[in-house]
Amino acid sequence: MQPIPIQAVPVLLSSFVASVHAGFPSPAADHSQKRVDLNEHLIRNKEATFLFRVRGDSMTGIGIYEGDTLLVDRSIDPRHNAIVLAVLNNEFAIKRLYRRGGVVKLIAENPIYPPIQIKQGEELSIWGVVTFNLHKLY
Amino acid sequence: MSVQSKPTQQLALIDCNNFYVSCERLFRPDLAGKPVVVLSNNDGCVVSRSNEAKEIGIKMGQPWFQAKALAEEHNILALSSNYALYADLSNRVMNLLAEFSPRHEAYSIDECFVDLTGMAELRSISYAMRERVMRWTGIPVCVGIGPTKTLAKLANFIAKKHPRSKGVFNYNALTDTQKIKLLSRIPVDEVWGVGRKLAPRLAEYGIQNVHELREAHTPTLRSEFGVVVEKIQRELQEVACVAMEEVTPPRKQIIASRSFGNPVHNVISLKAAVALFVETACAKLRAQQSQAAMLQVFLHTNRFRSELPQYHPVMAVPLIAPTDSSLIINRWAGLLIDQLWRPEYAYKKAGVMLSEITPNTQRQNDLFVESEPAEESKLMAVLDRVNQRFGRGAVRISSQDAGEEWGMRQERKSPAYTTSWVELPSAVA
Repeated sequence: MQPIPIQAVPVLLSSFVASVHAGFPSPAADHSQKRVDLNEHLIRNKEATFLFRVRGDSMTGIGIYEGDTLLVDRSIDPRHNAIVLAVLNNEFAIKRLYRRGGVVKLIAENPIYPPIQIKQGEELSIWGVVTFNLHKLY
Repeated sequence: MSVQSKPTQQLALIDCNNFYVSCERLFRPDLAGKPVVVLSNNDGCVVSRSNEAKEIGIKMGQPWFQAKALAEEHNILALSSNYALYADLSNRVMNLLAEFSPRHEAYSIDECFVDLTGMAELRSISYAMRERVMRWTGIPVCVGIGPTKTLAKLANFIAKKHPRSKGVFNYNALTDTQKIKLLSRIPVDEVWGVGRKLAPRLAEYGIQNVHELREAHTPTLRSEFGVVVEKIQRELQEVACVAMEEVTPPRKQIIASRSFGNPVHNVISLKAAVALFVETACAKLRAQQSQAAMLQVFLHTNRFRSELPQYHPVMAVPLIAPTDSSLIINRWAGLLIDQLWRPEYAYKKAGVMLSEITPNTQRQNDLFVESEPAEESKLMAVLDRVNQRFGRGAVRISSQDAGEEWGMRQERKSPAYTTSWVELPSAVA
C-alpha cells in the first residue's frame, strides 16, 4: 500500500464583500478572480530556479543584453538548441547548446563570437536551462 | 490474545555533505576540488569543511587563528558564514524532500528525516532523492535508512564514510550477523547523543563500540548513565523511542548570543549589544505566542586569550509577571548588566536566555502588579511587523544603536546570491 502524500499548499479562499445598493448585486461579484501572479507563470519549479545577471554581448541576437536578469531552472534536461547556463573552465557562460551526432558546441548569438567546440578532455557541465529573460524597458 | 508486531519502520535520514561549503561552491565553480572552509560568526571557528580541507587536517570547530598557519601553507580558502544563502538552499532541499513522503521532519539546517515505511523499491527511491537534490539544488547528500532515528543516523554515517555505498545505506537490509559485524566496527561516540563527553565514561564500563552499547546490561546503564542513554540503547535495539516531530515543538528556552568582532570595554556598548539580543529573543518568543518568566544574562571574556584576566559572570532574574515585551525584559537586562559589569575586563561575548516559557493563553496576572497594558503589546506587534517588512533592526529599542563597537565581523562573506536582487550571481554571455 502506498501512502498518499498530502499537499502542504494552502487552499486560498477569497471572500468577497460588496455593498449592495438598491437591491442590485454588484455585476462584478460573480467574476472576481485572483490577480495574475507572475511567479506562477515564470517559475515552473521554484525549488530549482535561480536568477543570474548577464554580463557581455554574445547573446544579443536573441535579445539577451548586458544587465538582463535570467531565470535558470536546474531541473530541466539540457536538450539540443536550449539556451543554457554552462560551466566552462570554471566560469558561468550563457550560450545556445549544440548537441548533435556526438558533437557538443556552445554557440553565441552574435556573429562576432565563433562557436566554442568542446574538445576531448575538456570539461563542460550544464548548470541549468535558461527559461526566461527579464529585460528592463524603461 | 494475539500480539501484532508492527512492521519495521523505514526511516530515511538525508544529510547534506559539508553543507555550507557545498552552498558556496554552487555559485563558485572554481572552488570545486579545492580546500575550502566556512567560519562561524565573527570568523571565529571552522564550522564547515570541504573533503580536501578535512584531509589536510583542519578540525571541526577549530578556532580559525589556530588553523591559519596550516591554511596558508595549503592555500585553503576561508569564507565567512552566509546564513541568508544557506537558509534559502536548506529550504529548497527540505521542500523537495517533502514530496517523497507525507511524513517528514526537517531536523536541522542540513538534515531531514523522511519516513518511507510501506514504500516499495527503497533503494531506487533513495537514489532518486539523492539525484534530485543534487540536480535541483546542486547540494550533495547521503541517505541512511534504519528502523529508528538513531539507526538511520548511523546508517547515514556509513553512507558518508564508505565510497562503495554510493551515498546510500540501508541498515534494514542487513542480516543479524551483518548488523553485529557492522556495529562492532563503529566507535560508540559516533552514535547520536553519545559524543565525545560520554564515550570515555562508557569505555570505563567496557563499552567501546556500538555493538557493546546495544548489548550492555540495561539496568546498569540506566543507573549509571540515566534514562537518555537507556533510550539510545533501545533505539539501537530497533525500538523507536524518538518520535517523528513533524511540527517543531515550541521552544522551552530561547538563547540569543554572539561573539563581538572587537572586545567591548564600556558598559554602554555592552548594553546596546544585549538590547539587540533581547529584541531577537523576544521576537522569537512572540512568534511562538508565548511569554517568559525567567531572564538570564551572561558575559564572557576571551577564553582563548588565557593570558588576559578571565571573567564569566552569569545572572538570572525571575520576571515578576511573565512577559513577551522587549521593553520590560530589556529594562531587566540592563539592571543585570549593571550588576555584572566590571570595568577591568575586555568582553568577547554576551547573551541572554529566556526560560520558563509558557503559552500566552496561560497568563496569570499578579495580584500586586498592574497587568501589562494593552498599549504595550500593540506596540510589540507593530515593532515585529515593521522589522519583518523593512529588515531586522529597522526599528529598535533606543539603547540598541549606541555604539557599533561590537558589530559582527564577516570579512570573507560571499554575496547573498539567492536572496538579494542586487547581489545575484553573474554569468558571461
